[in-house]
Amino acid sequence: MDALDSARRFLAALPHCAALSMTLDEAGDGWAVLSMPWDARLVGDPATGVIAGGAVSVLMDTASGAAVMSHPEAAGITATLDLRIDYMRPATPGQRLRARAECHHVTRTVAFVRATTFDDGEKPVAMSTGTFTVVREMTP
Amino acid sequence: MTPEPVQVVKQRRDTALAALVAGVPYIGFLGIRFDRRGDELTAVLPYQDMLIGNPMLPALHGGVTAAFLEVASIVELAWQIQWKDVEAGGLPLPALPKTIGITVDYLRSGLPRDAYARARVNRSGRRYASVHVEAWQDNRSRLFAQATGHFLMPDGR
Repeated sequence: MDALDSARRFLAALPHCAALSMTLDEAGDGWAVLSMPWDARLVGDPATGVIAGGAVSVLMDTASGAAVMSHPEAAGITATLDLRIDYMRPATPGQRLRARAECHHVTRTVAFVRATTFDDGEKPVAMSTGTFTVVREMTP
Repeated sequence: MTPEPVQVVKQRRDTALAALVAGVPYIGFLGIRFDRRGDELTAVLPYQDMLIGNPMLPALHGGVTAAFLEVASIVELAWQIQWKDVEAGGLPLPALPKTIGITVDYLRSGLPRDAYARARVNRSGRRYASVHVEAWQDNRSRLFAQATGHFLMPDGR
């Protein structure tokens, strides 16, 4: 799939995503699935080995941005306007985190995106709701 | 009784702050450090290439900005929780609050340079706390991001 390949290339070129070994696993019109491995450097609670909330935020922000960029009407670059994150339970140490993000509404200027993060368990680890900029190609 | 020499007080506070921050690998991964004046903390995120999200702009990764604000909030809250014990002469075991939810507003794109953040605890109860945090780069009055978060207190059940 051409769109998936270009999205993968784009993600690999983002320095912070490379630092977290983040990968784009799947993408379609207005949605994307990204994942990253557990990493001892990302631990937020040394007593339990649970990954820091901030690292989960990075995954969901990136997944949400990728969902916007894979939307047929919102192609091009995007930036986060706001992002609300709820942490429902600690991610299990050692397990890969996977975030699925979906644009549930896109206007001429704004994309509304939800994302959910899972580890190997059935219940979500975290959820986010965000708005992202949409920049359309200017036609003279 | 003579008051404690200033160096003794400073060293005790700095030791307690260093113990709090050094315990968290993720703070070290992002390279965040904390400046202290009395009980006031300023979180500092020194610029590194690996913090960049989009290299074309270039801009700090939005997720990094969220993470920086969250770390600044958690450390400020933990610092306030242990402040009395530190002043009483103890070196408390660092206990970290857990994030329940945080809402981040992106006001400007994060430039490829150092960023600073200061958090304010608006409410700190037995179980929950509410914290507001502001982040800026070159100008204190031109925020590039702000956030409000709710946290579960270390002993909250």
